Amino acid sequence: MPFLSLKFNLQKRVKLAQGLWMLYWLAVIVGIILFSLGIFFKIELRKRSEIMDNNESHLVPNLLILVGMLSCGLNAFGGKLCHDSLDPQKFSKMKPMLRPYMLLCCGFNALLLLLVLLCFLMQFAVYLTLAEGLKNAIRFYKDTDTPGRCFMKRTLDMTQIEFRCCGNNNFRDWFEVQWISNRYLDMSNDVVKDRVLSNVEGKYLMDSVPFSCCNPGSPRPCIQHHLTNNSAHYDYDHRTEELNIWNRGCRQAVFSYYSGIMNSIGALLIFTMAGDVAGLKYLSTALETMADPENPECESEGWLLEKGFKETLADLLSKVKTFGRANQVEEGGTSPNVTAT
Amino acid sequence: MAVGKITFTKTEREKLAEVLWLLNWISVVTGAILFGLGLFLKIEIQKWQEVMSEQGILYVPHMLITTGLAACGINYVGSKICLDCADTNKFLRWKLVMMPYIVCTFFFTACVLAGALMCYSIRSQLEEALYLGLRNTMRFYKDTDTPGRCYLKKTLDLLQIQFQCCGNTDYRDWFQIQWISSRYLDMTNSAVVDRVRSNVEGKYLMDSVPFSCCSTLSSRPCIQHNLSNPGAHAHYDEQSQQLNLWRRGCQQALLDHYTGTMQSIGLTVLLIWLFELLVLTGVRYLQTAMENVIRLGDPDSESEGWILENSLAETACYNFSIIKTLGKCYQVDDDPNINVPTAAADQEAPSAQVQVNVTS
Repeated sequence: MPFLSLKFNLQKRVKLAQGLWMLYWLAVIVGIILFSLGIFFKIELRKRSEIMDNNESHLVPNLLILVGMLSCGLNAFGGKLCHDSLDPQKFSKMKPMLRPYMLLCCGFNALLLLLVLLCFLMQFAVYLTLAEGLKNAIRFYKDTDTPGRCFMKRTLDMTQIEFRCCGNNNFRDWFEVQWISNRYLDMSNDVVKDRVLSNVEGKYLMDSVPFSCCNPGSPRPCIQHHLTNNSAHYDYDHRTEELNIWNRGCRQAVFSYYSGIMNSIGALLIFTMAGDVAGLKYLSTALETMADPENPECESEGWLLEKGFKETLADLLSKVKTFGRANQVEEGGTSPNVTAT
Repeated sequence: MAVGKITFTKTEREKLAEVLWLLNWISVVTGAILFGLGLFLKIEIQKWQEVMSEQGILYVPHMLITTGLAACGINYVGSKICLDCADTNKFLRWKLVMMPYIVCTFFFTACVLAGALMCYSIRSQLEEALYLGLRNTMRFYKDTDTPGRCYLKKTLDLLQIQFQCCGNTDYRDWFQIQWISSRYLDMTNSAVVDRVRSNVEGKYLMDSVPFSCCSTLSSRPCIQHNLSNPGAHAHYDEQSQQLNLWRRGCQQALLDHYTGTMQSIGLTVLLIWLFELLVLTGVRYLQTAMENVIRLGDPDSESEGWILENSLAETACYNFSIIKTLGKCYQVDDDPNINVPTAAADQEAPSAQVQVNVTS
């Protein structure tokens, strides 16, 4: 008993072929979208590789670009197959390519599933790289004269302005590093000397933040220095002041941006894993089982699997078993392979 | 002497009709592009409308939006007309509409050209509006508690950050206004009180700028205060001073941004105008060719098409005289050669007739 069989007459076959053809071309467009999404994601990772310590993983965008190209090719071929299937001459030429094509499609779907899993799992890797990278970026903020770190200040300032965040976890991360270089400190000043000497590692630490932490939406001009000292500013309480500087940490802000991109890519991939294979199987079996090939008007039957689900599974298992036994000598005469000789 | 006379065979007429049908559909798409460009420009201007003293320049995007919509409508009708023009019988349906349609399209094409030229002529008006608008915004920067001005600080800060500019013409514009509100000034502090008293208008002026003027390209942390006194900061040399703040004024930055946008839009609109002119010329040739075919009587014969039947001067004179006589409909003419029947003459005629009847 065929699995999930349906009866088809000429109109139904034509409708199925036309519907599948449109679906395949839609899938080509989705493939192009996946390709461009892959490129976009790669560029976004590259743009901010400095705050990710330059060792972020490009596995997901590279795979996405590959999947996009494969999807375009496979689905264009599938569309051509559907278009040719209604012409008996062309269909007989295409028949031998049908089975390997459907196996390829199944393999491609498995690749898509793997990519979806990667999209959701690689977010952990992005989070960890961001945490490490931002910590180093804050430490090297002042080193604008060291080769390899010249642009760290610029990148971090632009990140804090763009993502509306301050510091790694929050603005207090800036209190623990010296973010003003020694060459801009007046070492002859007593206050400066005291502060440097009072620190164990000789660092000039302050309770101040850079200007890029300032919130433009604050009703008062930005207070950057002496943030924890209420008496240094008129009518200022650092415990209740929320609008002065950004409260969010940059790790959280940048991570939500990237996780948003990866989640949407994952959702689009799930949407792409459509049942193209099922439709094509129905169409090909419907065309093969035509009782009278010369008469296009006759009815035919289409199905997903020739035998029932359990029988097909048993068949497959036995095939796999005999595949392994092909080179072994059989003792009994019950195996059909031995009787062939 | 006709202007631009070309002879068309039957097949050539049919081909012309087909090509024009396609061109009209492409024109519908370009009309939609025109509409989209107008919408984009309107959104761009409204984004920063708070720093412009008057939004008079909004007439440019409005013009583009209306001509875009008109283009879609006119060219859709045009495509229908051109499809029917291949056949002489179907053309008769449209015969009376053709001339008004062409006149409409001519005026509409002129509007598209006007729209393109407007895009290039906007600079001086924009300059004035930006100067006054930015001056006012800077003055109201501190008024974050006054209704109607609450968000001017945020707008100006975001403007300076995004366009990488500071002040109106220069960062020194900030030295001339009080940009810290009095409610954040400690009036018990003698330094503050001295500074306020030393100013004629009682304003608290400083040689400092807001944080949004800070340049991200600087290699040292931003110096916002005591800018007129470089010696107050350690190792604050000429190069550091150049990179510390944004050097450009916001008026110049916004002007460059808008003129750049408008110039690209103007160029696109000019190209669309050339395309529309081409379509208009084609439709005129088709109309005259079809009319001549009907005049000749034989649908399969060759016919001539032209842009103008007589030369340009003759057509201009003819149109002027039409306009003149339109105005003269209700006026009495003083020309002695014209016989104007008077009331006395009317009475004489019937009495003469009566006399004749009686005598006969």
